[in-house]
Amino acid sequence: MNATPIIGLEVHVQLLTRTKIFCGCPNRFNPDQPNTQTCPVCLGLPGALPVLNEEAFRLSLRTALALGCRIAPFTKWDRKQYYYPDLPKGYQISQYDLPFSHDGVVEIGGETEGDVPRRLRIRRAHLEEDAGKNLHDESGRGGDSRVDLNRAGTPLLEIVTEPDLGSAADARAFLEDLRLLLTDLEVSDCNMQEGSLRCDANVNVRLALDDGGTATTPIVEIKNLNTFSGVEAAIEHELARQIAEFQRTGRRFGDPGAEKETRGWSAERNETFAQRGKEEASDYRYFPDPDLAPVTVAAEEVARIQERLCEPPGARRRRFAGEHQLSEYDARVIVSQGRQFADYFEAVARACGDAKQAANFVTQDVLRELNARGLGIREFPLTSDVLGGLLARVAQGGITVKSAREIFGELLAAWSARAEAAEDGADVDVGELPGEAAIERIIAERGLAIVNDEGALEAALAAAIADSPRAVEDFRAGKQQAAGAIIGKVMKQVKGADPKRVRELLLKKLA
Amino acid sequence: MSERLTPQLVERVARLARLKLAPDEVERFTGQLQQVLKYVAQLDAVDSRDVEPLAHPLELTNVLRADEPAPGLSREAALANAPRTDGRYFLVPPILDEK
Repeated sequence: MNATPIIGLEVHVQLLTRTKIFCGCPNRFNPDQPNTQTCPVCLGLPGALPVLNEEAFRLSLRTALALGCRIAPFTKWDRKQYYYPDLPKGYQISQYDLPFSHDGVVEIGGETEGDVPRRLRIRRAHLEEDAGKNLHDESGRGGDSRVDLNRAGTPLLEIVTEPDLGSAADARAFLEDLRLLLTDLEVSDCNMQEGSLRCDANVNVRLALDDGGTATTPIVEIKNLNTFSGVEAAIEHELARQIAEFQRTGRRFGDPGAEKETRGWSAERNETFAQRGKEEASDYRYFPDPDLAPVTVAAEEVARIQERLCEPPGARRRRFAGEHQLSEYDARVIVSQGRQFADYFEAVARACGDAKQAANFVTQDVLRELNARGLGIREFPLTSDVLGGLLARVAQGGITVKSAREIFGELLAAWSARAEAAEDGADVDVGELPGEAAIERIIAERGLAIVNDEGALEAALAAAIADSPRAVEDFRAGKQQAAGAIIGKVMKQVKGADPKRVRELLLKKLA
Repeated sequence: MSERLTPQLVERVARLARLKLAPDEVERFTGQLQQVLKYVAQLDAVDSRDVEPLAHPLELTNVLRADEPAPGLSREAALANAPRTDGRYFLVPPILDEK
């Protein structure tokens, strides 16, 4: 039976503001100090008046534009009403029929040979407030639930896609790129452990039946997926479960009693499970919130934000592959490290004129050092100009790649030594980063410059041959490796000689 | 109002509002709410075809605040009105959901 998955996502993103969406309480993950970040507004006390945080709205505009959404010139706030202990007002301030943005589109895939890119439409993105947090008694003795309202009122951006995703892998790929985009835009830290990025997935399957007809299974919403692997595994499992269920019961979408079902995901058991259906869950009785004024957005402001948007990760990977001729793998590694890292790579590539060499260095040497030292690219002591200058020497035949690696290590070691000395109280300037002068000094001290002075090489070679009658004899007798001893002598004499060139000259001489 | 206000609808609205009504209350409120809706229904006489829906009663837009912290409540003050607390959290009857 041919099965076509139909998958849509609802993603909730906590925004990186200093304060909550409608009050001046700190927007900070702080579960160890429950109920210390509240005020009459986020507690829903009578008479409190919410006022919109302009930064939360600005970050939302930026995100929606980056997702290709259209920005509504007029948007308003609505009350979504339901009772739950983590919702102190008895309603959530959200956006119902006039969200601030709608109708976006992003591209997925198309980065490997033969992979056709897919379009994912974004239905809408709207802004709302997060609820507090309920903590349940885990002892099984039915103790009280506890409520922490520190999170109540955290600005939350909800992004709703159309059901255009055709596989669990595409759902994951979209989310991974979304996280990169959101962190690149500096709108969210997307810390999934702390719940800054949460996802629900709507899943069903269209089946091609043996009789030539088609059938669509009932839609299931899988709630509260908070890891990328969880999203992928939960959707995979749910697709298989729905197909098996259809084969057993024949129940289709729209059949009586086959309304939309809500299921949870258990990573431990690797399966989705039925959740008690929310009674009349859809009856939220939305109505406009009279406490909050609508917001209008001028076209000029949209244009201004649009102009300053960074390049989305997918577009950047495709550009790297085209413009810089990088492999799909290198492009993926570089872009996955975030915008600053990719900017660094581009600057190095421009400075040295050899993007492939730049990619090799940043994905291997630079990444290794950053990880080992626990640094971000912005704290890395070798600026893109310095690394670019070093690699330009390789590109122009001034030094070998091996020497470049040696100098790279030496520059970092010297910088570390200075930093350590400063920590021990020595009077050194740790603000001074390794530069061109240091590269030149190491090249001179170690004689790493490739010597193209043929006269000097000839002389050294003649001396080495005269000095190694045994090796010459062996070589002439057919022992290729005997050349090594002679080449070694030349290299010792002329530091920075290119061993390949020395070998060529030697062969010519002894031929 | 196309939907007629029936006792069943009153019961449903009460359930959504977490109100427990006695049968005689359902009957009484059905009558009272019907009266209220009838009164409001007078507005149906107005031809509003060319009137844009009102999003807000005041002609105000873009009332915004800067993203700057303001003093809030101490935990003690935040929990002061709660029926039950453990000194750190609000306490509520066990929620039997999700897991």
